Amino acid sequence: MSGKIIKVDYLARVEGEGALHIKLQGDRVTDVQLRIFEPPRFFEAFLRGRRFSEAPDITARICGICPVAYQMSACHAMEDALGVKVDGPLRELRRLLYCGEWIESHSLHVYMLHAPDFLGYEDAIQMARDHREIVQRGLRLKKTGNEIMTLLGGREIHPVNVRVGGFYKIPPRHQFDALTEKLKWAREAALETVRWVAKMPIPQFERDYEFVALRHPNEYPFNEGRLVSNKGLDISVREYDQHFSEEHLAHSNALHSVLNQRGAYFVGPLARYSLNFDRLSPLAREAAEEAGLEPVCRNPFQSIIVRSVEILYACEEALRILDEFETPEKPALEVPPRVGTGYGCTEAPRGILYHRYRLDAQGVILDAKIVPPTSQNQKTIEDDLRDFIPARVALPPDELQRQCEQVVRNYDPCISCATHFLKLRLERE
Amino acid sequence: MRGKGKPTLAVWKFASCDGCQLSLLDCEDELLAVVGALQIANFVEASRAVAKGPYDLSLVEGSITTPHDAERIHTIRRASKFLVTIGACATAGGIQALRNFKDVREFTSIVYARPEYIETLNKSTPIADHVHVDFELRGCPIKKLQLLEVVSAFLNERKPNTPPHSVCLECKMRGTVCVMVAHGMPCLGPVTQAGCGAICPAYDRGCYGCYGPKETPNTKSLAALWSGLDVSEEDLVRTFRGFNAFAEAFRKEGDAHER
Repeated sequence: MSGKIIKVDYLARVEGEGALHIKLQGDRVTDVQLRIFEPPRFFEAFLRGRRFSEAPDITARICGICPVAYQMSACHAMEDALGVKVDGPLRELRRLLYCGEWIESHSLHVYMLHAPDFLGYEDAIQMARDHREIVQRGLRLKKTGNEIMTLLGGREIHPVNVRVGGFYKIPPRHQFDALTEKLKWAREAALETVRWVAKMPIPQFERDYEFVALRHPNEYPFNEGRLVSNKGLDISVREYDQHFSEEHLAHSNALHSVLNQRGAYFVGPLARYSLNFDRLSPLAREAAEEAGLEPVCRNPFQSIIVRSVEILYACEEALRILDEFETPEKPALEVPPRVGTGYGCTEAPRGILYHRYRLDAQGVILDAKIVPPTSQNQKTIEDDLRDFIPARVALPPDELQRQCEQVVRNYDPCISCATHFLKLRLERE
Repeated sequence: MRGKGKPTLAVWKFASCDGCQLSLLDCEDELLAVVGALQIANFVEASRAVAKGPYDLSLVEGSITTPHDAERIHTIRRASKFLVTIGACATAGGIQALRNFKDVREFTSIVYARPEYIETLNKSTPIADHVHVDFELRGCPIKKLQLLEVVSAFLNERKPNTPPHSVCLECKMRGTVCVMVAHGMPCLGPVTQAGCGAICPAYDRGCYGCYGPKETPNTKSLAALWSGLDVSEEDLVRTFRGFNAFAEAFRKEGDAHER
């Protein structure tokens, strides 16, 4: 039986640069490599020697698609190290900012990057020729997310208003009021999005994943919670390093993250949803059920529906926050430096994003560790491909390749993020 | 450029965060008009469809950090009529240029989990260090309206209108009270190129220089003023070694304060 190779040199419609190499022997998959050749940028190395207060701005530059996630994880880790707890109206505004990023990032993926796979287009621009109004709805939805970030963050990419302890400035009340009308439209558009993606041809494919996500006593998770899984993990963020480790493989500039003694796991919308269905708003739960989702979803192709449900949730949550809005007394808490180690983990659009920092008495960073979601999913993506291909080897090569790419895009992989957690040890003599 | 069919646009990525090319997709109100006026011939982040060069306009994001990328940029230059760099990585080496300040011996003693798997250059360098660049658009990230202006200018063969003055002027235009004069906040505005719209001072913080040095910046005088605001030498080094650390004016000023 002759061997066959599927080679995708530049994976399209993913953030960053990756390639896919798959080797087949008959209908047996002998090798799968999701190659990440995005050049390493060494963030953890040059964070050393920088002030704790610089981490939110610096780490934002790891990813232009989810800068808020980096800012939030950095702030929470620093506040953990420095013994500060951000609560009340300031905490609510952080959630509002995160809603903006989820709406923006998820709308980008659902409409521009993922939907063309299901409907047989090369891109959303081609899709717009036949479905102009739908693409316009997606762009407007995305814009609504960006508008939250522009108001509260100063700009949509690499916001400037986030600091350890809170914000630099709280914009005046009337500017928030202007967002409410836009979000009411967005909530309706999100509902239509769920209905639209529910009709897409979803391949039958399920695996018994270990889902890992944050879980909070009474919220759908953004900033805080315990790290839990459907297979018994239940730890505080501070225990992360005892349960997860990373492997460096030859084919990738990113490390593979594994759960100790258990292996690959799954982070992101599907995991969040499956572990926190009961924390969604009633409208989001209803929309999910109407779209045919069970409370636990094991088909990664359905992630497009789950992402849409999360857009809906984020619109509703943003509206709730705006409705209950109180101007914080001060834009930020005082954060005096001290010696300490801090841990932070928040739910980036693509899944859990872990930061750990060790600080000296002046608040200078001694070492840093950052584990982004895509690196945590990398092994699971490869395992999906191993399972997915055998039943489909008879497909024409172009079609098989397209479907394999779709398997990767189910995860909305952000390859720019994934390369920056290359582990480095700086040896000083 | 006005040959048969629409002008072609290509978007290329080197070491970067993807934020600057995302700015193109962030033009939510204009995107469908833009793609009506030109053909997107290569934009991997947005499309599977890739057309062969040559391209009328190439937008290049990211800095050169690997031997392979140092070769690839020449291929792109050869295939491009106009080449415009977008963002601080492509125009100044980006935040990853902080590696450039490491002592070589210290740098070689950096140990990865498996260093033999990694190929990287000692320095992160801007595109203009490798090939001729027709225009550099500043910012970390770039401003999407400036991007539209640049694309439109090149497609119409005119000079882009991107003001070369400092952030200070944008504060005045916006009506923001000077945070440094009125509140004693250290601010890089006087030496930083305009373009962002002076966002930081409007949010009660000093400018941190993400658009890089303006032409003829007086960094020395500004640093002296900062020292008067009790900013330490170490913090002056950190300040100039930010997202445009390897841009000449900022690099020299940072070096001047290093012990």
